[in-house]
Amino acid sequence: MAVTLTEDYRKREESITLAQETVHADEGEGPSRELLTLNIGPHHPSTHGVLRLLATLEGEVVRDIKPIVGYVHTGIEKTAEDKAYWKVIPVVERMDYVSYYFNAMAFCGAVEELLGVEVPPRAQYLRVIHLELNRIASHLVWLGTSALDLGAISPFWYCFRERETILDLFEFSSGQRMHTRYFQVGGVMEDIPRGFAEKVSAFVKGMPARADQYADLLEKNQIVLQRLHGTAPLDEQTLLGLGVTGPLLRATGNPWDLRKAAPYCSYDHFDFKIPVGTAGDNYDRYRVRHAELYESVKIIEQALAGLPEGPHITPDRKVSLPPRHELATSMEALIHHFKLVTEGFRVPPGEAYYPIEGPRGELGCFVRADGSAKPARVHMRDPSFVNLQALAPMVKDGYIADLIATLAMLDPILGGIDR
Amino acid sequence: MCFSLGTRPVPDATGLELTAQELREADPGSILATDYHRDRATLIADPAHVQPVLEHLHAKGYTFLASLHGCDYYPEEPRLGVLYELLDMYNVDRITVKARLYSGTPRIASVVGLFPGADFPEREVYDMFGVVFDGHPDLRRILMPEDYQGFPQRRDFPTGGEPVLFTYNEENSYGKWQ
Repeated sequence: MAVTLTEDYRKREESITLAQETVHADEGEGPSRELLTLNIGPHHPSTHGVLRLLATLEGEVVRDIKPIVGYVHTGIEKTAEDKAYWKVIPVVERMDYVSYYFNAMAFCGAVEELLGVEVPPRAQYLRVIHLELNRIASHLVWLGTSALDLGAISPFWYCFRERETILDLFEFSSGQRMHTRYFQVGGVMEDIPRGFAEKVSAFVKGMPARADQYADLLEKNQIVLQRLHGTAPLDEQTLLGLGVTGPLLRATGNPWDLRKAAPYCSYDHFDFKIPVGTAGDNYDRYRVRHAELYESVKIIEQALAGLPEGPHITPDRKVSLPPRHELATSMEALIHHFKLVTEGFRVPPGEAYYPIEGPRGELGCFVRADGSAKPARVHMRDPSFVNLQALAPMVKDGYIADLIATLAMLDPILGGIDR
Repeated sequence: MCFSLGTRPVPDATGLELTAQELREADPGSILATDYHRDRATLIADPAHVQPVLEHLHAKGYTFLASLHGCDYYPEEPRLGVLYELLDMYNVDRITVKARLYSGTPRIASVVGLFPGADFPEREVYDMFGVVFDGHPDLRRILMPEDYQGFPQRRDFPTGGEPVLFTYNEENSYGKWQ
């Protein structure tokens, strides 16, 4: 039985059409016309994870490319159906492992919408601070590894130095460096500790100068500029048709950003700009993300300055845990605590789709509740998964060296693609 | 200052009914029902008419397919659902189209021609729920292995139970390496 299954697998593997454009029969099959199928990945340092690409090459020119994904599929959406709502948060955070606060935000937002829970202002501001810190960290991972793909090692160390500071801040506020489970349905887990605001202030004060340094390292480097300028452009309409959002779309000049277009989580209280490009090539993609670092810094500064007083999580005891001190004096608090920890809260039947602007584009969470304490369906519309479809039209008829640069500028996170 | 959860712009209940009426006039029997729940506007479409419905909405301005996903309503019948989250980027307006399919032979027309970005999501719904998208150019599994059997996101598909491959059980386990 095992033998037949494996043989079947080989057959199916061979059945993948490698190229839509076959050899031009009328022009003959000389050595210059021969197509070569090259397998890149899944274990390749420049595929940003375990992405496998089947490239059909004609000399140095990419004629077709097929991304093959699923190597880190862990069935998180299925796992989520077996867990109480508040226990789903840690698993969805592990989807796109670089922007975990965003995953948690999208999921909590969808559940809050189903419950009709109001999130207190302080919690919304704390969420914004952490989301934007996470956006900076995510862009730093992208910038460092992309520069590495282009042959520049130094920016990687500088980017990861600042990312390290952000992870220390996350550890300070939540106890964890990654996958912090800080966002809860109805607010955040705990109020920020004393001294956190000062540390964040110190960090955001220094961050613009650091971002200037990255630009100096990269934008005065002729090799980087030559590899990014004018390579793999794709027009706005094609990108929209493919469902691409985020910095890739903004690089073509379309200022679509959900933080501005459909503000959630008090984003309308902050003054910030949406960086856009003009040509939609790799250089614009780089510039847009780099400029977003400064805008995130601005948002964090404003959120810290205007941080409202008040509770950090909804006072609705049916949804959020009662404070520890209440358990000693209040029987009701004890009952609520017991119910929440053992069963979790029940969510009235319904469906919600909650889109937010992640670092890579629209991150939407679809949740279907059936009235029980566990979700009946959790689906993440992950931007990396949708954006990956734009890779083939971007790199087609370009050089294979541009493919590496384009993949870097596409910024796919395979944890988000495979879920 | 107002601290709202966020303004999720969708057509209001009246707007949704008007859209549904418009679609019914264009193509009788295309819209089976509408659902307006917690600021979420849903058109429940007949699966046989889903392509013309989406074309009509596309012409109306909902040109961006934000998300396409499947959902299993087990044990209800029609059991499977394919959901299209459409977005009008000009008016910043969202509308959901839902098609319910019977689990026996779930088939629905592919919308890759209208929204090229539906390619991977349709493959994912096929992979996870077994919904066949007629007219899809390359309908293969995307996340699960090519030789995987079953559709894991269905509600009656059990979690766990897949044996770990050891030397002692390789002969009767899935996927022995030659």
